[in-house]
Amino acid sequence: MHEMSVTESMIEVVLRHAEKNHATKVTRINIVLGELSTVVPESVQFYFDIIGKDTIAEGAELNFRRTKLIAKCNGCGEEFEVVEYDFTCPACSGTKTEIISGREFQVESIEIA
Amino acid sequence: MDIEVLEGVFDANEIIAKENRALLDERNAFMMNLMASPGAGKTSFIMKTLEGIASFPPPRGGRIKEGVTLTSPLRGEDQGGGDTSAKGIKAAVIEGDIAGKVDSERIAAMGIQAIQINTGGSCHLEAKQVNTALKHMDLEGIELIIVENVGNLVCPAEFKLGEDLKVMILSVAEGDDKPLKYPLMFSESHVLIVNKIDLIPHTDFDMGRLEETVRKMNPSVELFKVSCRTGEGLDGWTTWLEGRVRNGRQS
Repeated sequence: MHEMSVTESMIEVVLRHAEKNHATKVTRINIVLGELSTVVPESVQFYFDIIGKDTIAEGAELNFRRTKLIAKCNGCGEEFEVVEYDFTCPACSGTKTEIISGREFQVESIEIA
Repeated sequence: MDIEVLEGVFDANEIIAKENRALLDERNAFMMNLMASPGAGKTSFIMKTLEGIASFPPPRGGRIKEGVTLTSPLRGEDQGGGDTSAKGIKAAVIEGDIAGKVDSERIAAMGIQAIQINTGGSCHLEAKQVNTALKHMDLEGIELIIVENVGNLVCPAEFKLGEDLKVMILSVAEGDDKPLKYPLMFSESHVLIVNKIDLIPHTDFDMGRLEETVRKMNPSVELFKVSCRTGEGLDGWTTWLEGRVRNGRQS
């Protein structure tokens, strides 16, 4: 629902790194999106086409890579994939777990010309 | 040419959230981010929480200043009579809404400092808006700040505000099947308030099913079952919150 403002933030990140590397054109943006993220790729693409216009990122290909939800048990140290949002540790049935990945919305890399 | 970036899109927000946190730490103030759907009873819950936990500066109650702007602290004044709760915590409220100042007026009328943020269409609060609000407030002696987020079960969960505690409300009429539909919100919250439990006999709401689902998603969640209408369960909640405000802070 907030894809317009997050797309703006994403473009800001992309342009900052592109300018730092003296790019004249951004051709591809590789994005990592966690399973738990509420961001919708289609909406990001929609707003990107509008907000990215007239920037050096205009027309860049957006590539989304989804990451699985991975948690770590604070009790036994087991790292496990969370299936159907069940955070109980499969090794020791521990309930003190923390998310290691699956929340991210990250610009992983960009391809520039 | 391939350039490695590895920068989170929410990083900018999180930097400001940390600033908020530092500002609150400096004053030893505890901040709670309250999230729920529209109509789950956020404002009523805040008012009941304040009644149970807050100190009300005498005189209490009263009217709103004429011509006050939306970004100024509102404070109830004149006419008194309200009883300060036994817990006597000095509290303030930040109200986030897309438009209007109905909620902050209700809080200010209780004699509690309230500040309204209007997001102008945006579906959630961001750390920057809370930062502006904190800078406009009189934080002298404030121990507890309750932030009422915009009514929404999706977006507010993504944006850290610098809070010590994320609290969400699910009201009975919304149904017991919501956790799996809004996994981020239910797995991120430290506290789940099930509100409007007085309605349970009139619905198919299954508390056992809700608890089972939520405990799997969020094993360490604190669960309180309340009714702001009848007052049931609120004592347990305010006593727990008092303990957190007075003794412990965690992110």
